[in-house]
This record gives sequence, C-alpha cells and structure tokens, in this order.
Amino acid sequence: MSVKMKLNNVSKIFGPKPKSAIPLVEQGKSKDDILAETGNTVGVYNANLEIKEGELFVIMGLSGSGKSTLIRCLNLLNKPTTGSIEVDGEDVVKFKGEKLKHYRQKKIAMVFQHFGLFSHRTVLGNVEYGLEIRGVPIEERRKVARENLESVGLKGWEDKYPDELSGGMQQRVGLARALANDPDILLMDEPFSALDPLIRREMQLELLDLQERLQKTIIFITHDINEAFKIGDRVAVMKDGKVVQTGTPEAILEEPANDYISEFIKDIDRSKIIQAENVMMRPNAVVSLKDGLNVAVREMEANGLSSVFVTDRSRKLQGIVTIDDAIQGIKEKSSLEDVMVRQVESVTKEAYLEEIIPKAVETKYPIAVVNDEQRLEGIILRVHVLSSLISEDG
Amino acid sequence: MQDFPDISIPLGDGADFIVNFLDDNLGPFFDFIFWLTSSTISTFDDFLNFLPWWLILIVIFVIGLYFQNWKSGLLFSTFIFLVGSFGFWEELMITVAIVITAVVICIFIGIPIGIIMALYKPFSVFMRPILDAMQTMPSFIYLIPVIFFFALGNVPAVFATIIYAVPPVIRLTELAIRNVDQEVVESAESFGSSRKQILFKVQLPQAIPTIMAGINQTTMMALAMVVIASMVGAGGLGEQVLIAINRLDIALGFEAGISIVFLAIIIDRVTSGIGDKFQRNKGDH
Repeated sequence: MSVKMKLNNVSKIFGPKPKSAIPLVEQGKSKDDILAETGNTVGVYNANLEIKEGELFVIMGLSGSGKSTLIRCLNLLNKPTTGSIEVDGEDVVKFKGEKLKHYRQKKIAMVFQHFGLFSHRTVLGNVEYGLEIRGVPIEERRKVARENLESVGLKGWEDKYPDELSGGMQQRVGLARALANDPDILLMDEPFSALDPLIRREMQLELLDLQERLQKTIIFITHDINEAFKIGDRVAVMKDGKVVQTGTPEAILEEPANDYISEFIKDIDRSKIIQAENVMMRPNAVVSLKDGLNVAVREMEANGLSSVFVTDRSRKLQGIVTIDDAIQGIKEKSSLEDVMVRQVESVTKEAYLEEIIPKAVETKYPIAVVNDEQRLEGIILRVHVLSSLISEDG
Repeated sequence: MQDFPDISIPLGDGADFIVNFLDDNLGPFFDFIFWLTSSTISTFDDFLNFLPWWLILIVIFVIGLYFQNWKSGLLFSTFIFLVGSFGFWEELMITVAIVITAVVICIFIGIPIGIIMALYKPFSVFMRPILDAMQTMPSFIYLIPVIFFFALGNVPAVFATIIYAVPPVIRLTELAIRNVDQEVVESAESFGSSRKQILFKVQLPQAIPTIMAGINQTTMMALAMVVIASMVGAGGLGEQVLIAINRLDIALGFEAGISIVFLAIIIDRVTSGIGDKFQRNKGDH
C-alpha cells in the first residue's frame, strides 16, 4: 500500500503568538505552564504520521488530547502552525483559495461528532450539498445523493428533515453526505460518540462493511479504546497533543510504548479485539468421509485427541466424531456418516472472541473455523478461548 | 457652595452644524430620498385604499388562519372592523402604509449591517455603542433633524421611525449568524464552500427564525414610533391621538388608542407567526 497522507512535524498552537510557544514545547514544558507564560494553548505538538492508501487509521485519545484539533488540520479547518501535510506528495498546508477549495471539494470529506447537518435542508438537500457547491447539475447530484442514501440504508427518507430522524440515522446522513463527494480520504471526528451503545456497535460494523466495498482512506477519531481497536487497521494514541504510539491493535496490546498506554489497555475488552485466527490451531488431524471409522480412531489416537472433524473430499466441513462414538460404531458396524455429529459450531476467521465465547459455552466439542465455502481452516479448543482472554502481564 | 465653572463645551452646536451642513450640501440627495419614500408610502396607501373594505377583512382573516388558527383570523378581522366603525379606516391604512415602508427600509438596512457585524468583529465593536445610543436616546429627539431634511409630513415620520426601530433587526441578525452551530459552519467549510456560499446557503437560512424575531421587534417599535411621529405631521391613527390630546377629547383618545392596540396585536401575532413557520423546519441543535 502506498502512502496517502504524510504528516511531518505538524503542530497546532492556538493563541495570540502561536510560534512563540514552540521553543517552550521543545523544552518539555507542560500545557498549563505554556498557557501561563505565553497565553497560547498547545493543541497538537509535532505529530508525525503516515497513513496508507485504503487504510482505516484510528487516532485515539481522551478529551483534550488534541485529536480533534489534529483531524481538523488535515482538511485545514485548523491551519497547522508549523509542519507539512503531504497528500499524494503535495503539501496541502500551503494551499490557499481555489486550490484549497478544490482539495476540500474533491479529495477529502468529513463526518462530524454532532453530525453538523443543515437543519434547514431535507435529508436529500444535505447529501447533495457538496456536489451543489461544486456546481454539479441538479439532476446528476440528486441521482448521486439518492444512491448514497440508499447505500447507507436511508432510502425513502429523502424528503424528511434531519430533526425528524434518530441520532443513528442522522449520522448516516452525515456519512452519505461525505461519501456523495466521492473523496479519497474520509475524516471521521468521533462519529459514533453521540450515539447510544447499541446503535454505535451497529454503525461500527456497517462502517467496516462499507470500507470493504469502498476501500477509502479513513481517518477515524475516537476516545473509546475498544472502538479504536475493533475497527482500526492501525491506531495512533495521543496524549497532551502528542502522538505517543502508532501501530496495529495487536502490536499495541503486545508492546505498549509506555505506562500511559498500558494503563489504557488494561480496561480493554480483549474479546472484542482478538479474532478467531489469533487463537485457532491448524487442523492437523482431520478425517475425510471416505476414510471410515477405523482411520478416525487411528487419527485420534495418534494425535491424542478425543474428537476429530470430518470433511468431504473438498475439505468442506461435514461434522465431528468423538472417540467413544467411533469405537461404538466399529462394534455395531455403522459407518462414519452414521455416528458423526453434524451439528458443529463454526465461525469464520474474522469472528471476534465475543462471538465465540457463547458458542464455546454451548457446545462440548471444539469449534471449527471455516471460510465462506465451509472449508475447514482451523480449530479452536475451548481452553484456548479462555487463555486468550488473559493478558500477558495480567 | 461652589457653582459649576463657567465652561461650555458646545457639543450640541456640533450636532447642529452637522445637520445644517448635510442639509445644505446634500440637498439633491435628500430630495431623491424624499421622493422615493413618499412615493413608496403613497403606493402602499393607494393600494390599501383601492381594495374594498370587505376584501381587506377577508385577507386579514386568511392571514390569521394561515399563521395561527381560524379563531385568530376571526379576532383579527373583528379588530379591523371595529377600527373601521370608529371612523378610522383611512387613518388605519395610512398608519399601516407608513409602518410597512419603515419596516421594509429597516430590513434592507438592518440585515446587511447585522451580517457585516457578525462577520467582522471590529465593525461590531464600532457599531454597538451607536446602536445603544439609538435605542436609549428619547425618541422625540429624532424628530428634530428629520424635519430639517424632509420638512413636515409622512416622510420625516418614516425616517424618525427607522432610526428608532432599526436596532433590533441589526442586533438579532448579528446574534443569529454568530449563534449558528459552529460544527454546521465547519461542515459547510469542509466541503470547500466559499464564504459567500457559507453565508447564503448555511448561515442565513439557519439564522432566519432569529432574524424574524428581530423583524417582529422592529415592527412593534415602528408602530410605537409612528404614533409619536404624528408630531411632525404624520397622518394616521397617531394624528387622531394628537388631536384628542389637544381637545382633551376622552372618547376620541380612547378610540384612537384602542385602534393602535388592535393593530399592534395583529402585527405582533402575524410577524411571530411567520417566525414560527420558519422555526418548524429548524433542527433541535
């Protein structure tokens, strides 16, 4: 993946004489000291990030960490005090007038925490706004707006006003409005924070689906570490205006850069981050339908197992057979198909532990990991589910 | 006891000089304004008098029905009917014509000034004390300079009214635009809108309900001032009040007074009704 956006030493300082605060930040003075000395507030200090094309990049931090300031630097709602932001190799900080308008109209769009919808316009009027100000003819922009509303599941709501919609639906309008512009980069400033938890989860999954289809470069802000780790390909953690660690969720979990982050990830719900593929074993012992019961018993004995999965010729999962049933079957001269259990719990590689746990409770057999064609890709023993929930230092 | 020293700072002479200077040097300009205003008033007045009385009652009913409900419509047309029965039909029409003219000019002046104040902080700082002075100065004072510029009659009345009544629409326009949700303005900006697009497509439409409240206040103040402006020869209901005072005629005074009250109620309900219509399409944040 190529680099879509590159931030070099980006700082944003608010106040009467922003540049005067830079040396003080370099000396490592705290925000409060700098405010007292110069009257300036440090929003973001020396952010260096590389965001790759098609990546869902999450910036995580508590309130006041500068994450909203940083995301506003990316479309120049905040002009950085120093530093450069390269998008496709061009420094956008230098953009002014027409060039800046063009950048905002074509390349980058934003979704806001409180939706930022135009309450005087209908849902359709909101979604077509970006195209309208670009001078796209009415027929065409309405068509694009309708398509985008449909893709976020709001077909039939075009003529309503935003205040007639629920919060979740309003944010879908915000998303459709941003997507209608067909931007390369989508900025999302805590888009789901104002929604209740149930809707938030639903929206997170929908965003992941949408991202699968659209492959945009998404920069997503959140204060919720669970959300960050759940949806982010990579995560940057911010504190007091500085980026303290950048990496994949797994990498941050495994090697937190400092105590601050370790403290943070203590609270994390690992069942929402760890996926089936992180805990499964390769399916070494498998029997095929044509092999019969004797082979099954031998396989289990050789591998020290009490049960084994049964597949067909194309490795599609058919069921599971236990050693007791197999021996009983041999005595009664039954076939493998007669004695195997066809009701097997299966999940995909992408399934999170939170989905696997209830299945592990329900069943007495291992859980099969299969792909879309029902081919067996891995096995999860129930004990693995438990052990993976315990963090290394815990 | 010590008397105040014999010092005189002739601030009043300065004001006098300015008014005279303007009158001497900008004569043609004021003539043009005079012509424009007086023809606007007489156009409104002629139009209102051209309409048959029953049609006006019906129109008032329909307006009440549209902005409130049928009861208000009935109440409004009953009010107008009563004013007519006092013998003030023509006076009512003149008063309405002057108020409408003044309010229209107030809107044309006030909204742009309010917008500029909202967008340029220094202009706002400059204008604020002027607006304060305009509102606290006793309204009678405005009658003096306008007589210099426009002699006696309806035109000076309109201008005295404008000076007195324009501050609310300016202030509330500024406030309305300032108070548009920052995130909404940011979102318009993030799509690459020009400043003009942000103003006309987002800020102004979002501000309309509050601006309507300003227009409502301006209209009510204009009505109050039109009555006072009868001292400089404005016709209409105010003139009847003035006559009643001169003659100590209680009956006439009461009828003219209550007519003004009726008119005020109708204007207030209708202009706030217009604001509510806009409000209905506004969001909850």
